[in-house]
Amino acid sequence: MTTSSLPTAPAAASERSPRRIAFSSRLSRWDLKLSPYLYISPFFILFALVGLFPLVYTGYIALLKFDPILHTGTFVGFDNFVWVFQQRQFWIALRNTLTIFLLSAVPQIVVALAIAAVLDSNLKAKTFWRMGVLLPYIVMPVAVALIFSKLFSDNYGLVNHLLSFIGIAPIHWHTDTIPAQIAIATMVNFRWTGYNALILLAGMQAIPRDLYEQASIDGAGRFRRFFSITIPQLRPTLIFVIITATIGGLQIFDEPQLYDTGGLAGGSNQQWLTLTVYLHNVGWFQDGSFGRAAAVAWLLFLLIVLIGLINLAVTRRISNNENRRTS
Amino acid sequence: MNLSRRTRVGAVLATAATIALIATGCSAGGSSSGDQKVTLTLATFNNFGYTDALLASYHKAHPNITIVQKVAKTSDDAQTNLFTKLAAGNGLSDIEAVDGDWMPKVRQYPQLFTDLASADNKGRYAAYKTAGGTAGTKLIGLGTDVGPEAICYRADLFKAAGLPSDPAAVSKLLTGDWSNYYKVGAQFEAAKTGAAWFDSAGATFQGLANQYKNFFEKDDGTTVATTNPDVKSAFDSVLAASATQSAHLQEWTDDWAGGMAGGKFATMLCPPWMMGVIQGDSPKVTDWNIANAFPNGGGNWGGSYLLVPTQGKHAAEAKAFVDWLTAPDQQISAFKTAGNFPSQLAAYKSSALTGATNAFFSNAPIGTLFTDRAKAFADTGVIPFKGIKYGAIMGAVQNGLTRVEQGQQSAADSWTQVVSDIKALS
Repeated sequence: MTTSSLPTAPAAASERSPRRIAFSSRLSRWDLKLSPYLYISPFFILFALVGLFPLVYTGYIALLKFDPILHTGTFVGFDNFVWVFQQRQFWIALRNTLTIFLLSAVPQIVVALAIAAVLDSNLKAKTFWRMGVLLPYIVMPVAVALIFSKLFSDNYGLVNHLLSFIGIAPIHWHTDTIPAQIAIATMVNFRWTGYNALILLAGMQAIPRDLYEQASIDGAGRFRRFFSITIPQLRPTLIFVIITATIGGLQIFDEPQLYDTGGLAGGSNQQWLTLTVYLHNVGWFQDGSFGRAAAVAWLLFLLIVLIGLINLAVTRRISNNENRRTS
Repeated sequence: MNLSRRTRVGAVLATAATIALIATGCSAGGSSSGDQKVTLTLATFNNFGYTDALLASYHKAHPNITIVQKVAKTSDDAQTNLFTKLAAGNGLSDIEAVDGDWMPKVRQYPQLFTDLASADNKGRYAAYKTAGGTAGTKLIGLGTDVGPEAICYRADLFKAAGLPSDPAAVSKLLTGDWSNYYKVGAQFEAAKTGAAWFDSAGATFQGLANQYKNFFEKDDGTTVATTNPDVKSAFDSVLAASATQSAHLQEWTDDWAGGMAGGKFATMLCPPWMMGVIQGDSPKVTDWNIANAFPNGGGNWGGSYLLVPTQGKHAAEAKAFVDWLTAPDQQISAFKTAGNFPSQLAAYKSSALTGATNAFFSNAPIGTLFTDRAKAFADTGVIPFKGIKYGAIMGAVQNGLTRVEQGQQSAADSWTQVVSDIKALS
């Protein structure tokens, strides 16, 4: 638009009012060069304010013995990190975070894929089913946590009651580590499976239908089509879903924090103490240890980056292989 | 997942910011002059017994002042809220309620709170209550309630076990030291009613912990919990009794509430505010009663303070209101509503208090009963010292007791872990 206007300006006109044209063309050039940056700047300004600044400031606080109330601190270097590495509870929290992440993310994405595939087929009342899948996502996580912690009560919970009908002895949902983590992973899955299914569904609908037609003509069955066309074609969507599930899964807080209301959150033997809950305990329930909490936060950040990168590499490889096989 | 989590956090922040704006907006409205319309915000938690009618009566006497109460669900929520907003420098209510157990952490920052001392409120409280609200030379908190402990019991279960069940006889039976309490417990267990003697080791340990002057910390704040022989012996003796007499239901869990309704235990240590909890969790049980006794004489569990943060704009009005709200008449009104027992000495002489009974607890004469318990606590002469780490240390020990009750560890292993957890707090 701006470039096309330049050659049409006649030389005579430029003699009469050279400044105006020069100015407007300069304006056009600025428009061309600067406008795109202006248009994308809101994201970067917001990111700098609510993403980058807290990140850097947390890193700064991690080097201090910091009083959060009076905003005063003394520089202690990497002492806070050293302290964190020496804590038994930190390593348990790290272990729990990883196991709860695996217990939630893996089944979540597998089930979400299956649900998306079903929703993608010819169903009656499509919108109804799609909305139904999203319903759990609308429920407040706090409400989910409160309801599920009642369902999973050791003595009076509905889950143990139902299990007793099929002859299974009561499971110690709050005492034993793995059942406690499964219960928490269940809350996470309840909330996020439908959401991920919808994103995957959107990805599936963008796959050209003629690919499936050709495959059918070639005699590929339903499962063959799913694994040889759908999965490889879904690669970008899958990467997005897996990465965001990783970031969210490693940061889960509401569910473990509210799983038990007694005592410091995380269980009597830290059965379901995740890194975020540990961070919260250290920051608020120990004296003047915001610096240590900040150190935990930074370690969590590094962990997420690391696992995110591993995920990216693994997902790339898997779907690349699939691509090669189909081509 | 990430995006929506971010937006959710964003929504929470936005809400918090809006509330902060509203709060500051409200308090920015006027100065301390007498005629301007002022809205005072009052932040409490659980149930302080401040009914709308009570707050409205202040508005009636002072037409230019309106009170708005915000109620947090738990003491922990209130604690997080208070410290977050102290750190932010704004957003607190004009009046903030603080639990006695985390009051020591608040006392580190006297410069952030208004001095509430006046000629009127001098000598209104027992010495320990005033000490708890004093930071340095400044009185930053006025006491609301105290928690003199009694024992709540199930008369039907006592009867089933062949023990006396009327309050006078039970009081006599339970008067004594802790070993007497466990001895009666053994008798109760021998009758095999199917119920346990008490709810949990953790709850029982609370009662013991509140009977020592320097249980976890010395007066200068150094931690002695891991070396104090009293702590170790309390830990061991409670667990020894727990092996046969406890329902193993950790306090505040859903199972605990369910066990209360289902009659899984016959007694529990019972500060007055616990009456409301029991009634809420087992509303259909008609056999609760209260014994005018407590092992080793007396104990105090809980009790709160009202503070006026300096970040509020109406310090003078807030101070006058807090003075009124903590006066004997209002404390008695709160006691009748929620069972929060008055902390003002003058209230104990009022016939409105001494005549109070509780229909849910088989018409127990709670007014005279808890006055006796408060006196018994004062008579022990022990004022437990609670420093800034008290809550965290108690959390570590409670977790240790729970581990043993859940069968995860032996008492010895659990104690080793408690020691390492407490050392990590330094």
